[in-house]
This record gives sequence, structure tokens and C-alpha cells, in this order.
Amino acid sequence: MSGEGEEGPSSPGKEQQDVTHPMKAFSSELSKLQSQVQALQSTKLQEQVSKLRESVKSINERVQAAAEDLRKDAPVSVADSKGVATASKYSRAVKREKIAKMSAEVKDDNPYSRLMALQRMGIVKDYEKIRDKTVAVVGIGGVGSVACEMLTRCGVGGLLMYDYDTVELANMNRLFFRPEHAGMTKTDAAVKTLREINPDVNFESYHMNITTVDGFEKFVASITRDGDGKTPRVDLVLSCVDNYEARMVINQACLELEQTWMESGVSEDAVSGHIQMIEPGVTACFECVPPLVVASGIDEKTLKREGVCAASLPTTMGMVAGFLVQNTLKYLLNFGEVSMYLGYNAMKDFFPTMDIQPNPGCTNAACCKLQTKYAGERDRRKKAKEAKDVEVEEDAGALHEDNEWSISVVEEEAPAGAGGQGGESEAQGAELAEGIEFSMPKADAIDEKTLEENAVETNDDDDVDDLRAQLEALNSK
Amino acid sequence: MAEWDAGTKSTVQKIPLLKTKAGPRDKEGWANRLKEEYTALIKYVQLNKGSDQDWFTISSNKEGTHWSGKCWYIHNLLKYEFDLEFDIPVTYPMTSPEIQLPELDGKTSKMYRGGKICLSIHFKPLWSKNSPHFGVAHALCLGLGPWMAAEIPHLIDTGIISHKDK
Repeated sequence: MSGEGEEGPSSPGKEQQDVTHPMKAFSSELSKLQSQVQALQSTKLQEQVSKLRESVKSINERVQAAAEDLRKDAPVSVADSKGVATASKYSRAVKREKIAKMSAEVKDDNPYSRLMALQRMGIVKDYEKIRDKTVAVVGIGGVGSVACEMLTRCGVGGLLMYDYDTVELANMNRLFFRPEHAGMTKTDAAVKTLREINPDVNFESYHMNITTVDGFEKFVASITRDGDGKTPRVDLVLSCVDNYEARMVINQACLELEQTWMESGVSEDAVSGHIQMIEPGVTACFECVPPLVVASGIDEKTLKREGVCAASLPTTMGMVAGFLVQNTLKYLLNFGEVSMYLGYNAMKDFFPTMDIQPNPGCTNAACCKLQTKYAGERDRRKKAKEAKDVEVEEDAGALHEDNEWSISVVEEEAPAGAGGQGGESEAQGAELAEGIEFSMPKADAIDEKTLEENAVETNDDDDVDDLRAQLEALNSK
Repeated sequence: MAEWDAGTKSTVQKIPLLKTKAGPRDKEGWANRLKEEYTALIKYVQLNKGSDQDWFTISSNKEGTHWSGKCWYIHNLLKYEFDLEFDIPVTYPMTSPEIQLPELDGKTSKMYRGGKICLSIHFKPLWSKNSPHFGVAHALCLGLGPWMAAEIPHLIDTGIISHKDK
């Protein structure tokens, strides 16, 4: 704090020479007073006291003026370019104010100029449409938090965040969360940071577990209009959870609401990941085929060592979040090709893609019903894709009219170790793209004969309460 | 798939398989399923008691959605007992219950937040394969039992948990 403002924040040399500076004057008068007191000359004493009073008054005025300056400068809005300059000079906190309309104007203080440039470049037709879109992100961990940050920076209209967990220091090997967030719920910590980055987004934070019966109902209510549990109000649900149970829950909710969603995952060994788009009835649901993973090329046996549940890397998680939100933007803003399945094998830098058709024998009744409902849509898409493939082939054919050197294209081999490792996968009979495997076996390993022989026997007369009491009675014995 | 010890293998084969594929949101179906769950559990507890290998107690709320009890493990002739609880997930029986031992939360890396035991490698694929015929009794026998057998001696030997009388 150095005086009237036109001076720089630090000018110590000047200060030392400035004998008129009130602080200097004060201490010199004080030392004079001390010597006068010692000499006990009363007239001079009075003179010194009044000089001292002047110094104190002058110091007070300066302090007040400096405080007034501070109040005027902060907080500084980004809309005020002069304010920005002052703020950065003094490195004071900048608060990003709300912006009513996205502008394409190229200015240093327009947070949307680089996004709106996507329109000028002809990539996106109407970028501002993103403000009408609402996305629900379930699981605000290594992938989810980064996906939320990306969506926030892209200016999505609404962002619903779900997680039951709190931030721990053990999460610091991932992106987004900071040590000072430790102990906060992941959803609250995310809202706090993200609101500062972009206050235009409508954030909703749900600190809850969606896998319990109550949690499921609350989840469904939160993604439907007025909580009616029927009419979807979000454009997309992103699954960024780390377990099979939660994915199954999201699948169930989305099937019941006919809600499009995208699944994402990072393998437990942290070196592979995937994203998958799920449109109920049109594509495979999460229950149609056992969940898919990209083989990491590591021998599974080496992974199943004692003591460790899961590894994680900020790189893989950041990439999967990037794939997920990129696919989300393409889907929401209607540009490029939306990937139905995209895998990532970090060990070989291998990125398989594939479409997954729904399974007519899916164990989920809601899925089977929607498969019938959307048979026409699947047919339409299949024909559109075939027509496109033909077009591509014709284009390719025209490129090489003669083939002097008899060059032919051979099927590329899958990277060693990334190919389907047979076993259970093959038994399940679905055609998978190279490098993709099932991560779980298919249900119903028990045949009817075994079931018949070993099935539990209950009678219609059995009373549930009686049975519960019988079980409890065993506890006390 | 994990290798099961002979004892666990022969026991699990004696636990009756369940028939009704119904979760807690399916009112009628769940009532039937619950009957099967209780019956299978009664059989399993009786089996354990019969061979003097009783190792848990369990009971549920009226809806059958929340289960709690105790489980114990004998190590060097001392009994270590823990509270046990879990909710029936909304997607049950397609997904297994996530068994929690809250007292051990944060004490082992083979556990998720809240004391959920880590079953992803040895148990979940098995559950998935046998769904919907496995029930709570199977989850205890093939999930919690082997987990405790692997983890509790290690926690005791490394001094992370100690006997209540010590």
C-alpha cells in the first residue's frame, strides 16, 4: 500500500528519500519529543505534541483514501476492459459475470469467441443452440468432473451432477479437484469451481446414491419434467460411474424414459477406456450384451494381484472425458459422425470403433419392448449407412484407374494381444470389432436341468413374515 | 475365474437356487423373490450350524431392501466380529448386493468408500453368469466369506485390526 495510486505498488527507494512522508515525519517528531521530554522544556513539548497530532491525522487520511481505492477496484467485471487491465496489474480476483447472449466478437474478454468461431469455420451450424441443452452427468470422479468442466467451458445450458462421494486426497492423481476441496462432496466442490468458470450454466447438484430404491426414484424424478418420472427434461445422460451396478441403474432409468445416454469407462489397470452411445430400442442397451471393454494387451493374471482394487491415470481419464464430451457435442450440435462405440487402448494406441445392434433376447423386458417400437428406425439407419458405404466405395474406385503394380489392400492385423482372446467371448456369439472384449460373462450359465434339481422350494401358503421370523430366530441360537 | 476352495464349493452347491427374477420395485414379484431369499438363507444358515461353521447372522427390514447383521472370523483361536449391512440395489438380481463392513472402511485397499468390500474380480463375474438364480445366501457364501478369509488374517497380522480384548 503506497499512497496516492499514481505511484507504482513498490517504490521503496523513493519512499526512503521522501521526508514529507507522514510516517517518516511521525517518527522524527516522536524522537524529537522524546529528547524534549528528557529536557522537560514545556513550550517545545507542546509544539511537538501538536506536530504529532498533525502527523497522525495525515496518516489516517491516507489509510482511508487507500481503502476507498481498493473498494472501487474490486470486484472487476470482465465486461469492463479497463477493469481487466487494472485487475491483472494488481492480480486481484476477476469475477466472470453472466452473459445474456453468446457473442462471436473477437475480443480478449469474450469467453465465447473461440467457440462461436466454430460457426465461421463451418463446423457447427448454430453453436448457441448449446445453451438450450441440458446434460446430466452421473459420477463426478476422474472422468465425470473433467467432462463437467468441458461442458461448462463449452457453455452448456444446464448441467446436473450426481455423486454420493466426497473429495479425498487420494483423488489428487486425477484432474479437476484441488487439495482444498478435500472433505467436500464432489458435487458441491464441482459446482463451486464451475460456477466461477462459467456462471451462465444452470448447475444442479445431487449428492446421492442412485442404486438404492429411493435413490433411483429421486434420480428419475430429477431428470424428468417437474419430477413427474415420465417426461425427460435432459438432452443426454452421461455415465461416468466406476462400477457395473450404477451403469445397470442408469440403463434401467434410461430405458424406462427412452432417454439417450452415453456410457464411459476406464479399465481397472488404467490403460484402456471406451465410450458407448445408447439409444433405447435403437442401439444395444447396456444389458443387451455383456459390457464391452477394450483389451489392454496386459495379461489379466498379472492384474489380479493381491491388494489393489483399481489403478487410475489422469491421462487416460482425461482422454476418455474428451472422447465423451466430443461425442456429446457432436450429438447435441449435430455435426460430424457420432460414434456408437469408441475404444482406446493406451498400450498400443489403438482406437477401435463399432456399432452394436440390440439383442432380441435381451434380459431386460423394457429393452425388448422398445426394440419392437423402433424396428423401423433401425432399418432406416441401416439403409442410410449402406447407401453411404456404397458411395464411399464408388469414390474409392475412381481413384485408381490402373493398377500397374498390382497393389491390393489387405486386412490389417489387430495389434497382438488386443484381439479377442476367445473363451467366453466367442461362446456368446456376438460379433465384436477387433480389440474389443466382453468384460463380464453372459447371464444364465445355469441350465434348466440344474435349476430344476437345485431350485429353492417355496409354497404359496408360506408367509413372508413367518420366513423372516424364522431367519431371525436362527440368529439368536 | 478364481479358484474356490473345496469347502466353499461343496457348500454353495447345497444352497438352493432362486427362480423368480424380480427386484424390489416389482411389488408382486419381489414378494415371491423375498420368500425364496429367506428360504435359501435359512437353508444356508442351517447347513453352517450343522457343520459347526456358523459365521454370520442376518436379518432384513420388512421390505427386504435393507439387510444387516454380524459376521465373524476366527484367527489364532480368537473371534473377530464385524457389523455387516447392505441395500438391495434397484437392479437386483441382475446386479449383486454391495456388502458393507463399515468398521473396516479405510483400513484396506480391497474396499470401496463406505466399507463396500471389493468383489469385482472374484465374485461379480460369477454373479453375472448365474443371475438371477443367485441370491443373498450366495453373495455371503461366495462374496463375503472368501473376502474375509483373504483379508481379515492380513489385517490382523499387520496390526491394522486387533482383538477387542487386547
